[in-house]
Amino acid sequence: MTKISDYISKNARQNVLEAIKRANDKNEYHALLSFTEARALERADAVDRGEITGRLAGVPFVVKDNFFAFGAPTTAASRMLEHFQAPLQATAVEKLEAEGAICIGKANLDAFAHGGSTENSAFGPTLNAFDKTKVAGGSSGGSAVVTALDIVPFALGSDTGGSIRQPASFNGVVGVKPTYGTVSRYGVVAMASSTDTIGCFATDAADAELIMDIMAGKDNKDMTTLPDFFKPTNVKPGLKIGLIKETTTDDVDPEVKQATLDYVARLKAAGHQVDEVTMPISKYALAIYYIVVPAEVSSNLARYDGIRYGHRAEGVATLAELYGKSRDEGFVAENKRRIMIGSYVLSSGFFDAYYLQAQKVRTLLINEFNKLFEDYDVLLGPTTPTPAFGLGENTADPIKMYLADIMTVPASLAGLPAISVPVGKSSNGLPIGVQLVGQRRSDADLLALAKSMEKA
Amino acid sequence: MTDISRDDVQHLAQLSSLALSDQEVDNLRIDIGNILGYINQLSELDTTGVEPTYQVTDLENVWREDKIDDYGLGRDDLLALAPESKDGQIKVPKVL
Repeated sequence: MTKISDYISKNARQNVLEAIKRANDKNEYHALLSFTEARALERADAVDRGEITGRLAGVPFVVKDNFFAFGAPTTAASRMLEHFQAPLQATAVEKLEAEGAICIGKANLDAFAHGGSTENSAFGPTLNAFDKTKVAGGSSGGSAVVTALDIVPFALGSDTGGSIRQPASFNGVVGVKPTYGTVSRYGVVAMASSTDTIGCFATDAADAELIMDIMAGKDNKDMTTLPDFFKPTNVKPGLKIGLIKETTTDDVDPEVKQATLDYVARLKAAGHQVDEVTMPISKYALAIYYIVVPAEVSSNLARYDGIRYGHRAEGVATLAELYGKSRDEGFVAENKRRIMIGSYVLSSGFFDAYYLQAQKVRTLLINEFNKLFEDYDVLLGPTTPTPAFGLGENTADPIKMYLADIMTVPASLAGLPAISVPVGKSSNGLPIGVQLVGQRRSDADLLALAKSMEKA
Repeated sequence: MTDISRDDVQHLAQLSSLALSDQEVDNLRIDIGNILGYINQLSELDTTGVEPTYQVTDLENVWREDKIDDYGLGRDDLLALAPESKDGQIKVPKVL
């Protein structure tokens, strides 16, 4: 697969045109919802004239279509925002553009980033880069697939409960979900504000490190961003690593388990210590997640009222009808499920039993992580229990779909950095990923470990 | 699964400002019942004396100057996003 360095010091217009051609040649994967071609070519010409310089001068990339970016609508893969032309750009996009990177298009996702397969896109699913009968994963499925197909060397995604790590694992690329608050969320469609993060897909850890280095940092437009802390580094020798026992039970696909144990053997051979550790509370993480996140979703999606922007239903007689019909037409089934679960767990009479209880168990989960980090630098397990599942296989059963996120949600609820690295393939050729989780603000250390293991 | 009625679903839909079709109400009744059945497992944990976690930033009291910043956006940029506008105002259907 190509790397960022393969695009540097080349003709930028050529880089853009070739990337668009590669995307068109592979359009059967349905990874992209739109091109930003006119603006991309204008910027490429400015790079070629030497007017724009930087660490990513002339490098094409793709953003998930829940990022505001000029040159195409920001649809969030929904009918609600099908024609929404963002009046501003996401801070993450602005920072990459300031280094000369060129956005060529916008990637497919589950509508409003609700899902784990990209099958909830209002515009049809994205296909897995390694097997067109399998899902891309999600919600950032399109971004993972454009990276895996070598259309662009990196792409942006958002990760609320695994939406970068899970599709990265399903498509054999590196996926980074940073510490909560590392990258500004200004200009990205909000889903669940207490776990939403911005990260990236790349073909190796060094490229991912470069992109995170550029995007990270405090932004006055997002008051939840942390003071600057991200600094690229090299791996420290003799790390103490915990293999989470609950992620390698008999419920996990045997080939996924074996690939994880093989990676553990390689870590040991590289001089790191790996012990099995236990996280009993982690079995409740998915239940916490499917209370907290729908609650926040129901609040965040209340803004789509058909009045100020987005889809407005025709032929309504009352205000209640205007809201109700606009929202019914603009949201997909999974959006409605989450909004209504959120309304349920927040409603009087149920608040204490569901929402408050979930936030208390969330504290217990965080305490368990903190306890492990007293003794370990990194925690490890498979990113997903199975390789990519079949298209349509889980769509009839929401719980089955949610279970694909069972290994990624704990780090999200605790705000911890976590990355998925490709470690092998199943016997039928599907990629398998391992997840590395670290303490808050240890993002660069995780990437350093991943970099060193690519060479080992 | 947790049994909830069609009326419960209609009530939630009303709280959520969603005008659902009959078919949607039937589907959501089953899905929501199953999801509630799954998340109910948290009730088996004793959380007496545990503080809830509402946010994970490690930040508190982030201050800024009380100064207006339009972030480069004007009134017209925002009005342009509305489905319908007239005389510098967002136009809505008659609702009363």
